[in-house]
Amino acid sequence: MIMRTWKFGDNIDTDAIIPGRYLVYNDPGVLSTHAFEGTRNDFAKEVSKGDVIIAGRNFGCGSSREHAPLALVGAGIRFIVAESFARIFYRNAVNVGLLPLVCHNARAIPDDAECRVDLEKREITCQGRSYAIEPVPDFLLLIVDAGGLIPYARKLEGVETCTGSQR
Amino acid sequence: MRIISQSGACRAATTSISFDESLLLGTFMGATIVEKIFSSRCGHTVRAGEVVMAPVDGAMIHDITGPLAIRNFFEMGGTKVFDPEKIILLFDHQIPADSIDAAENHVFMRKFARDQGIHNYDIQEGICHQVVLEKGRAGPGEIIVGADSHTCMYGAAGAFATGIGSTDMGFVLKFGALYFRVPETIRAEASGPFQRRVGPKDLILSIAKDIGADGATYQAIEFTGETFSSMPMHGRMTCCNMAIEMGAKAGIVPPDEITYEYMRSRGKSSRVSIGSDPDAGYADRRTYEVSGLPPQVAVPHNVDLAMDVDKVAGTPVDQVFIGSCTNGRFEDLAEAAEVIGNRQFDKSTRVIVIPASRDEYLKSLQAGLIERFVRAGALVEAPCCGPCMGGAFGLLAPGEVSLSTSNRNFRGRQGSTDASVYLCSPATAAASALYGEITDPREV
Repeated sequence: MIMRTWKFGDNIDTDAIIPGRYLVYNDPGVLSTHAFEGTRNDFAKEVSKGDVIIAGRNFGCGSSREHAPLALVGAGIRFIVAESFARIFYRNAVNVGLLPLVCHNARAIPDDAECRVDLEKREITCQGRSYAIEPVPDFLLLIVDAGGLIPYARKLEGVETCTGSQR
Repeated sequence: MRIISQSGACRAATTSISFDESLLLGTFMGATIVEKIFSSRCGHTVRAGEVVMAPVDGAMIHDITGPLAIRNFFEMGGTKVFDPEKIILLFDHQIPADSIDAAENHVFMRKFARDQGIHNYDIQEGICHQVVLEKGRAGPGEIIVGADSHTCMYGAAGAFATGIGSTDMGFVLKFGALYFRVPETIRAEASGPFQRRVGPKDLILSIAKDIGADGATYQAIEFTGETFSSMPMHGRMTCCNMAIEMGAKAGIVPPDEITYEYMRSRGKSSRVSIGSDPDAGYADRRTYEVSGLPPQVAVPHNVDLAMDVDKVAGTPVDQVFIGSCTNGRFEDLAEAAEVIGNRQFDKSTRVIVIPASRDEYLKSLQAGLIERFVRAGALVEAPCCGPCMGGAFGLLAPGEVSLSTSNRNFRGRQGSTDASVYLCSPATAAASALYGEITDPREV
C-alpha cells in the first residue's frame, strides 16, 4: 500500500498531537479534526487514510493521554516511523491498533513523499530508498496481532500473574 | 513467605498486601530496588528486562483519562472491577465542570463508582497524585498504576508507580494486573545542602537537563544520596513527579524514617524496608553536588532546557502560576509566601495560586498564606490542575509568557502554541511575580 509521509521533528509531545482543551472528547473522529492543531495545521485538513507519520527522537513524550494515538487513528494513520518513542505513547499506540515502528535513520526520510511499509521485510521504502525498521517486541506482537489490547483482552478469561516471565 | 499486613484508617489501607520479605530484603545479589519490588510482589526473582504480568496494588483514574478507561473496561467484557478497594477515582482536571461535555464525563464516572462500589473522591479533594499519597493509597514496596503520566510521583513513598494509558487501565480495572517490562535503573545521587531559596525543584530541573528529555526512557530513576535522604516528603514528591520528564517509567526514593513517618501520619503503618543492594547493576550512575546549585529555569519548549536563573533574569512575564502536583503543597506555598513577605505583586503580572489538595489548602489557610497571596494580588483557586492542564482556565494568548511551578513547558501546554512557558521553583515564581520579570529569588 502506497502512503504519504507527514514529517515531524524530535520530542513531539502529546500536547502537540492533541491539545489539552480537546481531551474532553473521546471519539477518534472528533479528536482527529484537532490533531496537531497549532503545530501543523495542514495535517487535520489534508491527511488521508493510510498516510504515515515520520518523526525523530522521543515521539509522543509527555502526558499519558490516549487521546493522542486515538486522534491519529481517527485520522486514518496506521504506522508511525520514528527514531524513538516515549514509553507511554508507544504502549498506548499498540493498544489502540496503531503501530509504532522504530527506524534509526527516520530523519532521513523525506516529508510529503510516497512510501511503502513492508512489515515482513521490516523496512520502509521511500522514493527508491529503503530504511530498516526494528522488530516489535514479542510480548507486544501478541497485542498487535489481535488488533489491539481490547480484542486481546476480550478473549482472556483471566490472567495468571507472575507466571511465564519472558525476556 | 511472611505476610506483612498493613492497616490504617483509609479504605484501601485495610487491604492486606503480601510481600515476600526475603526478596524485599535482597537474598539475591546485585538487585535494584525496582527489581526487588517486582520480585517481592511476584514471589520469585525478577530482573530488569524481563516482562511480567504483575499484580497491581492500586489504580488511579481521573476525569480526563477515566471515561476512556471505563469504556475500554466494558469493551473488554468487564462487568465488575478486580477490587473496588484498590481503585482511586476522582476529578481534578476540569473542575468544577467547565463545559457540558466535562459535566457529562463526571456523571459517567460517578455512576461507574456507584455501580462498582468504588469510593469517589469527586471534585473536592484535589489533584489526583497528591490525594493518592495523602489518603495513604500508595506505600513502600507497592506497585501502583495511574492513568496519568505523573503517577511516578508515588515513588516518593517508596512505591513503584507508573503512568499508563486508558486501554492499559481498562485491562487493570478488569484483571488487577498488567504486563510490565521491569526497567533498568539510573542511580541519581545528590549530595550537599541547598543554598537559601534553592530547593528540590531546582535540583530536578538540573537533573532533567543532565539526563535529557528522553535520557531515562523505559528506565527507572532512583534518587539517592544525602540530599534525598534528608529531603522532606514534599521535595521527594516534586522530584519523583518529574521523572517522567526524562522519559522515565518511575522515579523512586528508597523508603526511610521520613517515608514511614509520612505514611503513619496518613494512617498507613507501613514499615516495608527495601533498597538497592550496594552491588546493584545500574544502567547509569549520575552524581550531583547541590551546594553550588543556583535557582534553575527551564525555558521554552522543553523541560530539559534548564539553565541558571541569571541567564533569563529580566524576561517579562504575563502570568505566574504557583501550584500543580509538582509544586502545590503547603511547603511550596510557604516558600513563595516567605519570598513575597508583605509586598505586592507587580501590577502587569497575573498571579494564580492553586493548592494541590484540600488538605494543603486548609494548612495554607490556617497558616495565613492564602490571605497573604490574596492581599499581594493573587487569584487563589480551589485545588485542581489549573493552567497546567491547558484546557480548563488560565490559558495564554499568542505571544504571552507564563512562569510556572508546574512540570511541562511544551509548546501550547498552557494555551496558545504561540505562547511561552518557563518552569521554575515556587521561590523563583514568587520573586518574579514581585517584579513582573524572571528574578533570582536570592536577590529579593
